[in-house]
Amino acid sequence: MTTYIIRRLLQALVVLILVTLIVFFVMRLLPGDPILIYVAQTAELERMPQEEIDELRAEFGLDKPIMVQYANWVAGIFRGDFGTSIFYREDVGTLMRDRFPPTIHIGLLALIVGAVFGVLAGMVAAVRRGKWLDKIVTPLTYVGLTIPVFLLGILLIYAFGVKLGWLPISGYTSPLDDFWLSTRQVIMPVFCLAVFGLAANARQMRSSMLEVTRQDYIRTAWSKGLRERVVVMRHMLKNSLIPVITLMGVSVSIILGGTFLVETVFAIPGVGRLMVSSIFGQDYVVVQAITLIFAVIILFVNLIVDISYAWLDPRIRYG
Amino acid sequence: MVKKHSDIAFSEAPVRVSEWRRFRRVFFERRLVTFGLVVLVLMLIAAIFAPLLAPYDPYELGPGERLLQPSSKHLLGTDLLGRDTLSRLIYGARTALMVGFISVFISGIIGIPLGVIAGYFGGITNMVIMRAMDALMCFPMLLLALVLAAVLREYAISGIWVVIIALSVAVIPGYARVTHGVTLSIKENDYILAQRAMGSSNMRVMFRHILPNAFPPLIVLMTMQLGALILAEAGLSFLGIGIDPPGAAWGAMVFDGYKYLASNPVLWLAPGIAIALVVFAFNTVGDGLRDALDPRLRGLL
Repeated sequence: MTTYIIRRLLQALVVLILVTLIVFFVMRLLPGDPILIYVAQTAELERMPQEEIDELRAEFGLDKPIMVQYANWVAGIFRGDFGTSIFYREDVGTLMRDRFPPTIHIGLLALIVGAVFGVLAGMVAAVRRGKWLDKIVTPLTYVGLTIPVFLLGILLIYAFGVKLGWLPISGYTSPLDDFWLSTRQVIMPVFCLAVFGLAANARQMRSSMLEVTRQDYIRTAWSKGLRERVVVMRHMLKNSLIPVITLMGVSVSIILGGTFLVETVFAIPGVGRLMVSSIFGQDYVVVQAITLIFAVIILFVNLIVDISYAWLDPRIRYG
Repeated sequence: MVKKHSDIAFSEAPVRVSEWRRFRRVFFERRLVTFGLVVLVLMLIAAIFAPLLAPYDPYELGPGERLLQPSSKHLLGTDLLGRDTLSRLIYGARTALMVGFISVFISGIIGIPLGVIAGYFGGITNMVIMRAMDALMCFPMLLLALVLAAVLREYAISGIWVVIIALSVAVIPGYARVTHGVTLSIKENDYILAQRAMGSSNMRVMFRHILPNAFPPLIVLMTMQLGALILAEAGLSFLGIGIDPPGAAWGAMVFDGYKYLASNPVLWLAPGIAIALVVFAFNTVGDGLRDALDPRLRGLL
């Protein structure tokens, strides 16, 4: 196991370096002077006198060779220095601290809801295979995998916000300020982000449960005279959960990708909306920071998923 | 000689027919798959014959006909600029399919050879290619597409091509991974050993023998990715990146219609349902193809 963990950690380190390289050089693909990334729009730059541009270039270290610039950038990130936002005139690190809580709050809830209810739905569908419950759950998983999140969000707003008036249609409040309002506000966004994971987990759970049901040890459990609840919960559930764990990485990726759309639809002041507005505002320092943070989160989650998978299923370690 | 040749052909012919029959039987077994196929065919027809099918010019402004509710004259009503929603919906099919097909093609051309090369040579080649793919996989598709679109936009590339290039790059790792896995198992076959014993070049073995055998899973992957790509294109155009106005894209239509949430639900509902239907159709047809081509792929794709 230790060998596997060390090998997997080294692999993750290589991928992490590649990720930083991608983020750094994609931003350098921007046409024109890289000073644009740090300063402002092209129009503003054209008005600047040459000496001032050179001064700025020296200040941001852009007069050094590109690999030195890359090293400086990475070193800065390790110190928590992401640069300064052009639009907000604020340290990007501080900006992230303001904008991440709503995204993490909603994203984590979505991940949990998707995992818990997805596994439950898949389990029920497998145990009652071919019955009416299965016939409702299984087609719904198809819908969950294919519905655009923004359409789902608008549909929910239309139904529960406008027509029924049960839930507030937009905005975000910290649960520390007003727990009740905050909960009412996050229900719909959480559901939108959770729906893909819900459907994917349910499908995976259903098929791996059906696979496990055919195993010898389940037949033994039945013939020992165990009750259905014990067989399903103790013997089937544990063993069929293993393949579902691999879906966690995908779920996190889909949730982070979905924040751009969901935070736009529900007007939530999180990182997703900051990213979209920064792209349109050409605030590339912010774009760079968010891209890197998201990629590192996903890298980290995948690492944990792989290690726990190997821990649960020894066959993987020697693959 | 001639007789013998025809004998072979005679004995081979029924096998081929039954293979096709088996494929058809499994493929059309589930009604959902048939439904998906019908949706796709209808959409293809709508996209190809858009100018003939659309009742109005999708770009023509109707100053006196703003935000009309559905009626016999405008089946799905009109938008803020008085343009016919149904016509724009039909033209939007063109945008969606064009982005989907071209992106699948571009990413396939890059991703498939990468996967074959990584799987075939192994060792350091494999490591370099697959770790690069792992790194690309760390970016959610929409994130990568957004960032690339932001960069490409600065090169004054026309809107739709920004989306096509950005999405193509985003789905390359999917191809490389699947092709890589399939190549690993194919290259253990005896016929590959025989090819190498005969002295075939690496290129020949890879592209004449491994690639054709890797096609079934790749066709399934492409079908499913078409759905994912159209979904991502809709997401991007919903956020305002994509085809330039006045061009019609479903995602942008949903975004514009969202402003009339309660007063004109058809404006956002119609394009939204179109996106969902098409993505659903590509996924079910992909599922059906997988079961019909190679049921062993279940769980992998």
